[in-house]
Formats: sequence, C-alpha cells, structure tokens
Amino acid sequence: MNLENCVAEHLRAIPRSGIRDFFELVQGRDDVISLGVGEPDYSTPWHIREAAIYSLEKGETSYTSNFGLMTLRQEISDYVDDKFAVRYSPDDEILVTVGVSEALDLAFRALLNPGDEVIFHQPCYVSYHPGIVMARGVGIAIETKAEDKFALMAKDVEKHITDKTKILVMNFPTNPTGAVEPVEELEKIAALAVKHDLIVISDEIYSELTYGEDEGMKPADHVCIASLPGMQERTILLHGFSKAFAMTGFRLGYACAPPILTEAMMKIHQYAMLCAPITSQAAAVEALQNGAGPVEEMRQSYATRRNLMLKRFEQIGVPCFSPGGAFYMFPDVREFGLTSSEFAFRFLEEENVAAVPGSAFGEAGEGFVRCCYATAKDQLEVAMQRMGDFVERLR
Amino acid sequence: MTDPIIKQLQRNSKLSTTDLADLLGRDEKEIAEQIATFEKDGAILGYHAVVDPERAGDMGVTALIEVKLTPERGGGFDRLAQRIAKFDSVSSCYLMSGGYDLAVVVSGETLREVASFVSEKLSTIEGVVSTATHFQLKVYKQSGFLAQTESEPTRLAVAP
Repeated sequence: MNLENCVAEHLRAIPRSGIRDFFELVQGRDDVISLGVGEPDYSTPWHIREAAIYSLEKGETSYTSNFGLMTLRQEISDYVDDKFAVRYSPDDEILVTVGVSEALDLAFRALLNPGDEVIFHQPCYVSYHPGIVMARGVGIAIETKAEDKFALMAKDVEKHITDKTKILVMNFPTNPTGAVEPVEELEKIAALAVKHDLIVISDEIYSELTYGEDEGMKPADHVCIASLPGMQERTILLHGFSKAFAMTGFRLGYACAPPILTEAMMKIHQYAMLCAPITSQAAAVEALQNGAGPVEEMRQSYATRRNLMLKRFEQIGVPCFSPGGAFYMFPDVREFGLTSSEFAFRFLEEENVAAVPGSAFGEAGEGFVRCCYATAKDQLEVAMQRMGDFVERLR
Repeated sequence: MTDPIIKQLQRNSKLSTTDLADLLGRDEKEIAEQIATFEKDGAILGYHAVVDPERAGDMGVTALIEVKLTPERGGGFDRLAQRIAKFDSVSSCYLMSGGYDLAVVVSGETLREVASFVSEKLSTIEGVVSTATHFQLKVYKQSGFLAQTESEPTRLAVAP
C-alpha cells in the first residue's frame, strides 16, 4: 500500500518545517549555546505553579465548559479591557483554547472557504501559512523589510487586497523580528480592513513584552487593532499565557471575537478539543489576578538583555535594528554572501551556537538570523563573543 | 519606583559599571557617578555575598531576638534601637509592628556567645523590658536566593 498517497493532498503540499531540520542538527551536538529557543528562560512564576498544584489537590480534574471556566473568562475580559481597551463579554465572546496555536487554527477553519485569500506579513511565526493551507485557504505573504523595521506598511497591504481576500493576520510584536507596528500604519490598515470588509486576526502573544522609554526599562504603549474605530466587530483577538507569564508548557490561550465568530470557533473546539486542561485554566486565573509584578520583572530583565545584545551587535559590526518587542534580535547577515541557512549551519558547526535561519520564517526572512535573547546573560556574552569571531573569519 | 541600577545591583552586586552600562543601555561614566551618589547618600549601604552557612562551612549560630522596649519621649524607640544596632554581632535590626518592638538578628560563633550577648548586653540596657530568643535551625532562603537550588529544567534547544 502506498501510504504516501494516503496522506491528504493539501497536506502533502506543505513542506517540512525548516526549523525541524535545524532542530535535529542541534540535537546531535553537545554543549550547544542556544539562541534558538522561542520561549522564556524562566520557569512559570511560583505563585502560578502553586495555584495549579492547589487546584489538583482540591481534586479539580474534570472537564470545564467548552468555552473555559467562567472565572477565567471574566478575568480575561477584564484583562483585555485593561490592556487593549476593548471589552468582550465572558458569556459569548471569549473562548479559552489550548494555546494561541489552537485558537489560530480554529479561526482559519471557522472562516475560510476553499480559495479564500489570507494576507499575512512575513517573516512570521512558522504556523501561519501552513495553518491557512490546512484550512484550504490561500496564503498571501507580504514581505516586511529591514528598512521599515519590519513593520507592516498599509500601502503594501492595499496592493495585495483582491476580491478574494477575506482575512488579514497581524502579529506585533513579531516573532521572529521583534518588530512593533507604528500606530499611524495600524490606523491606515484598520481603514483598509473596514473599506474592504476584511476580518483581522490579531495575534497579541508578545504584547506585554515591549520596550519603551529609558532604553526599554519602561514598556511602550501598545495599540491593539481591535480598539480602533470599526474594528472590534471584525477582529479576532488572540492572546495567551506562554510568553509574558512564562507558561509555554501549560498550553493556554484564548480568542476574543464577536459572538457569531466565537460560536463558530467553539463548534470546532468542542468536537476537536472539548476544553482546555482545567489545571492550566486554574493556573491562568492566578496569573491574571496576581501576575502583573512577575511579568514586569521578567520584561525588565529581557529589556536589559536586549540592550546588551544591541551593544554587542554594534561592536561586532553586524547591522541589527533595535526591536521594540518580544525577545528576539533579527540581525542582517547579507554582507557575508551566505544564505541564512548556510550562515546558521556554519555558525553551529564552527562555534557551537544555535541561531535560527531567518528563512525558516518564510522567504522574506532570507538574509537574516533569529537570535533569541531569553537566555542567561553569561551565555549571551559567550555566544556573542563567538559570533564576533565567526563574522571576523567570514570577512 | 526603585532605580534600575539599584535593582540590578540588588540581584547581582558583582555587575561592573561596564556590565550595567550594557544592560541598561546607558553611558558607563554616568552609571559610575550615579552609583557613587547612591553610596554617598546611603541609598546603597554596602555589598556582600549571600551565603548558605551550611555549605560555606559556617559553624556559627544565628538568632532572631524579639525585644520589647520602653519608648522615650522625643524619639520613641530610635535611641535605644540605634544603640542596640551598633553591636558588631547584630547583623540586622528592625522596628516592628505587633507583639514586640525590635527584631534583632544576632550571630555568634557559639550558642553560649549569643546567649551571653542577650543576657549581659541586651537585657541589661535600661529601657529593654523583655527579650525572646529564637535560634535559627536551617536556611531555606536567604535574601532572595533559595538555599537548595533546583536543577535547571531542560528546554528544547530550538523552538519556533
């Protein structure tokens, strides 16, 4: 039996993730210093872990509502209102999911008919394009550029809108670039969405991690597109606990959207997932009630490491724009005449430091590498020392 | 809000002015001047290593002493508290709310040494009404650092 042929055609069309190849290469080596992670270097703050343990002690081990615990949805409603100035009803506008990844998949599957076009900016998180294809949509990538600090330009969005365009996906601050979106562009993009009747999926997973005044020691103002005029009715706001609260393994996220869209996503969620794990939900309640302090502590610590990385890139003469959010640097390695894959593979081979090739985040990432600075300071120092040696040899 | 320089030094006082300049994205000279000001003004009182006595081979004893005082007109507890704090064997001294007035942390080489400090020095000061001495048995956390460090959980070396 030819099992290859048994795999659904649209799935076969999706190439293997570039990051997986790289991962396997790194796995085979010892003592690698990794700038390749995509998660905080903190364990979840103890008060949150403790709340999860307490929930287990009490015997809270059952299913919850498909939508998620009502207490959690109420907390989410308040939190989102406080952070983004948009109010969603805990009754029918909030769906608790297994990470933002699930929420994103639900949003695509709930909205797309075969052939519908989805605009997204690239370089971007690895699952956007495959997620669109798996929902039988057509992904239209817009390249964001280093000279625009990897922000999404409204004029580029406009150029790519056709009568088949249904969704625009945005993620600021962005993985892998650390880019933030200027409010002027966001306003223009919102106007385009209204004009062309588009749904916007806004992935806010890094929104707490922004670096504003005092060299990032203060957070920057972050505007969510849902809060702009005419946008809440056409926005699916996705957020979760992984990054700001250092809860990646809890796998918990949520979608906020108008009732009809929430109901549509819930339909898939109830049959495919039933509900998010109750222990994670209990932990998330604690995170939202008492987590602001630890989140800010972690944010400030990322800010200091970001400053350190910027300084080191400047010292070794590798151009790198100052990222306004997330915990990634996206240096430009085009001058060395290598593809980003070649650069990353040789850097690993010769210096035992893992940084992810920008091309793993789409063609638009070619010529760049993603360096995650959510790693201990002394490890960063060694990694950057080695990067300096490496580029010196390449020159 | 606590100054970012102080915050960094509270976590790790070994950071050099160069380190601080890199981490905070500021000028090194400016950092050095600021630290000098903090030291001069007494915002930064000093620097020390945080030690787990068990592992450091410190055989000494430490006690927390609850002290009740008779407050004085014009100054309250200050004069007596400062007098007690000046003893070298007193490592910390705080005015407390609640059932007693001063919490005094005292260290010595032996139990006898601490005991004699309490009975001969502390209790005999005029104005000290009573003392209650609690000896420290084991350190679990000291100045923000856990004594038993857990092994680092492993993370995937590469993740999206």
